Amino acid sequence: MFTSNRTSDRQDSFEPTPPGSKQGKVRLNAGFCLTFLVMFAMWLVFSGRFDAFHLILGVLSSLIVAFLSGDLLFPAALDRALPLVWLRFMGYIPWLLLQILKANLHVMYLVFHPRMRELIDPQIMEFDSQLSSDVARTTFANSITLTPGTITVNVTAIGKFSVHCIDAESGKPLPGEMESKIAQVFME
Amino acid sequence: MTKPGRVKGEGMDAVIILLMVSGLLFFTGGTIGIIRLPDFYTRLHPAGKLDTAGHVLAMAAMALYTVQVFSGHNLLTAVKIMLIVVFVFFTSPTATHAIIDAGVRAGLQPWTRKKERP
Repeated sequence: MFTSNRTSDRQDSFEPTPPGSKQGKVRLNAGFCLTFLVMFAMWLVFSGRFDAFHLILGVLSSLIVAFLSGDLLFPAALDRALPLVWLRFMGYIPWLLLQILKANLHVMYLVFHPRMRELIDPQIMEFDSQLSSDVARTTFANSITLTPGTITVNVTAIGKFSVHCIDAESGKPLPGEMESKIAQVFME
Repeated sequence: MTKPGRVKGEGMDAVIILLMVSGLLFFTGGTIGIIRLPDFYTRLHPAGKLDTAGHVLAMAAMALYTVQVFSGHNLLTAVKIMLIVVFVFFTSPTATHAIIDAGVRAGLQPWTRKKERP
């Protein structure tokens, strides 16, 4: 799992797009529209009023938010097939929920066990991840933290994860299946 | 069918109660875990995550309870409740991660089984 040749093909992802380039502008506009749509959908759900006054207020404030922070919500994922990524991500969520449930039951068992201190064996383990993009790494780190028994402590710029495990069994499945699933989602 | 517009009577109630009780069970486990586990790092495990599981189950129960009497308004309320879950799923791991990172940066040594033995 820990081959060194991964560090070399990782380098290309660190080069940011030049700010003035054409690609950057296209990305910003798509980000603006998507942010507006998401913000307006949120407005509709949270306000629950569908008369003209509230709709116009919603459009105005969504426009302001999208103008100010259009590049925040969808920064890098746009140059790929974004809808496909989202679709795959939706497929990943049920699997993640199942893992969360399974691991939660394990931690519940530990917590309620009378001789809990003999069962737990906390340790910080480290491994290299082959994921290269920020979004994929963030998703992976958050998934690890959501799965009980493991918390991501740190992720370095070259993709070295350090994870605090409550016992050896919780840390065993890492990086393994979860990483390959996320790699599939983000097409890496 | 006692009330008009009610989707499914007692079967639905049973599901809601089951979800709610299992959610509360996870919350209880989380609380007991915070008290029983030996140190800062291990306590974050139940604090950050058994809570999330309990939250999902309890909120799902509430959303189901709301849409029992089906209408557009109630559906909107259910969507809002599920959005709470979505936001907690983003923020809870991030907060847990920030706290544990703060502990590592401050130089707190994790509890290990070897240290307990004299």
